[in-house]
Amino acid sequence: MSDHHKETFITKYIFSLDHKMIAKQFLLTGMFMALVGMLMSAIFRVQLANPGESSILYNFLPSHWINEVGALNPDKYLALVTMHGTILVFWVLTAGLSGTFANFLIPLQIGARDMASGFINMLSYWFFFAATVVLIWSIYVPSGPASGGWTIYPPLSALPQSIPGSGTGMTLWLVAITLFIVGSLLGGLNYIVTILNLRTKGMSMKRLPLTVWALFFTAILGVLSFPVLLSCGLLLIFDRSFGTSFYLSDIVINGEVLHNIGGSPILFEHLFWFLGHPEVYIILLPALGITSEIIATNSRKPIFGYKAMVGSLLAIAFLSFVVWGHHMFMTGMNPFLGSVFTFTTLLIAIPSAVKVFNFLATLWKANIRFTPAMLFAIATVSTFITGGLTGLILGDSALDINVHDTYFVVGHFHIVMGLSAIYGMLAGVYHWFPKMYGRMMNKSLGYIHFWTTFICAYGVFFPMHFLGLAGLPRRYYTNSSFPMFDGLSDINSIITFFALSGAVVQVIFLFNFFYSIFKGPKTTKNPWKSTTLEWTTPVERIHGNWPGELPEVKRWAYDYSKPGYEDDFVPQTVELKEGEKDV
Amino acid sequence: MSVNIKAIKQLLWIGIGSICMFFAGLTSAYIVRKAEGNWMSFEIPDPFIYSTVVIIISSIVLTFAKSKLKQEASPFKIILTVFILGIIFTALQVNGWKELTNQGVFLTGEGSNAAGSFLYILTLAHLVHLVGGLVALLFSSVSAVKGKYSLENSIGLDLTSTYWHFLGILWLYLFFFLKYV
Repeated sequence: MSDHHKETFITKYIFSLDHKMIAKQFLLTGMFMALVGMLMSAIFRVQLANPGESSILYNFLPSHWINEVGALNPDKYLALVTMHGTILVFWVLTAGLSGTFANFLIPLQIGARDMASGFINMLSYWFFFAATVVLIWSIYVPSGPASGGWTIYPPLSALPQSIPGSGTGMTLWLVAITLFIVGSLLGGLNYIVTILNLRTKGMSMKRLPLTVWALFFTAILGVLSFPVLLSCGLLLIFDRSFGTSFYLSDIVINGEVLHNIGGSPILFEHLFWFLGHPEVYIILLPALGITSEIIATNSRKPIFGYKAMVGSLLAIAFLSFVVWGHHMFMTGMNPFLGSVFTFTTLLIAIPSAVKVFNFLATLWKANIRFTPAMLFAIATVSTFITGGLTGLILGDSALDINVHDTYFVVGHFHIVMGLSAIYGMLAGVYHWFPKMYGRMMNKSLGYIHFWTTFICAYGVFFPMHFLGLAGLPRRYYTNSSFPMFDGLSDINSIITFFALSGAVVQVIFLFNFFYSIFKGPKTTKNPWKSTTLEWTTPVERIHGNWPGELPEVKRWAYDYSKPGYEDDFVPQTVELKEGEKDV
Repeated sequence: MSVNIKAIKQLLWIGIGSICMFFAGLTSAYIVRKAEGNWMSFEIPDPFIYSTVVIIISSIVLTFAKSKLKQEASPFKIILTVFILGIIFTALQVNGWKELTNQGVFLTGEGSNAAGSFLYILTLAHLVHLVGGLVALLFSSVSAVKGKYSLENSIGLDLTSTYWHFLGILWLYLFFFLKYV
């Protein structure tokens, strides 16, 4: 695979073995799913602002989702919320984010010609693609897609007769997620093995860019936690389709007494959240890795506390496996166990604070270049802080109980996980676009996109905390049926206004992205004056990444503004001077 | 060891780690569910004990494949023996399920209990992974017939062996777990 070889349209663009093309496939599929998920949120936000009224946006929906007066059916509201969560958590922020940047950056930044197995890599994408097709298909089945929430708690997910979405829609959801897990595992295995084995000469683990470290831990988390979701789903499938009683007990439905005895839905929650919490960091760590890279490059300073950054990634990854109970404080958990989970959860604040401190210390007194990528990277740090602070409240069982399942929680996780990761992803796209497509994106459009997105996103999620403190529960079809929430309708309208505006401004990004692929100004080899290896490859894409020999690494990835050098960056391939120390 | 071979071996080991997590999920669910009560107790049928013996023997036999290579002989017969033992193991497992139903322990339906359902699912999940092992053995035996293996070039056989021994250890874990936990 060392040389650029002849490719047909099919081997180049469709069944490609080249990691860079597979990365783009993940990116485009992820972007498509992000649009679908965002449109869904826009639609259910319209219902929340104007409950029971008709809207032009409902034209996007199958006609039987709408009732006689043109309003959204309540069960389809739940379907939209469920699919929005599923799509954003798994399809966009897991596959779209990791799939894109792990595939794109790992071989380029460690100096490898491709992944350890190009074939497994291709399989990983096509499993993901098949999962996407099944999930989209499930939206159009007559009874509608899964509607029990993205966490698919039984009994709603276990009894096909419970709500419309629990039938075929739920079955397809399970098929889709199984395909998705297989794809993720294949990808994850490949990422780990590639990083461990295919680093070029001189690229010791101590010299790896932080993006690669973050993607490495992400892959390990995925490989260890997704199988548990699979076992959780396996038991659910047996309960659904074969009549076992793992999660079901003493149920009467439509007058029919079911035979299931002794099962426990809490068991499902334990298994689900054992994946569910590491999943949060599967989403977040790549964004933090991307952010580290972009902040160092655009601050023209070495990243502050490289070892502490790696150590805190490791600590976060480890802790993410021992905190799942904080999603279950309200399940009648033994208060002592609750306090153990509170303790482990609050411990995560320490490595998180280390990371934030290091980001800020890197920015401190730096000669900052505010590129769109840099703005999004700083925004990631910003939402990591604001969302993390409410995490302290929710992590404490005594406080969490008061706001459990309210909009406070919705606001919290959308900011800390949703926004941070989306900003990280957008930062990555702006930053590595020249490497992906050989052209530059438009900067001015980038700035407009950033500021409008940033303002709208806070406009959506910040007020949600107040709704939650006022007691407004999440997942309700309407808030107008309860007099105690009448005073909140204005806030709901404001949130919807920002949600719709935020959705519309993404058109700017889409235009910029697709226009620049074809018409953007051509880039130079290293437009950001960056030190890492990917910028030593030729602008034109070749399979094998480097013509001729692989580059040899002589120093770490963050030699910015190093005294004794003319340029304010020293690429990793530059030999150390006599007496010069590598960090 | 070339980088590629090392990478492929690691790929298998990490995959094995992944499979371990899958079974860790299932067996921890077993423990949590058992603690909830409403748990039927029953004897593990004898065929599962025999199958345990068979899979241990198969693993021991497989270790001789490598010594065959050292003697520059073909490991074909060894691999074939292991394959046949694998088939016997499968047959014994199915037999074990039959005995269970005779005892009145069912996977699903009226009168079924999670204790029984777990046994079926754990053995079934193990068997699904074992089918993968059988396929690998089949491929290895074909390679052995073709004389592809030598002491220097035995990566296929090594991978098959690692996976097969893992399946044995996994079964031992499941067996003792089901018997004593």
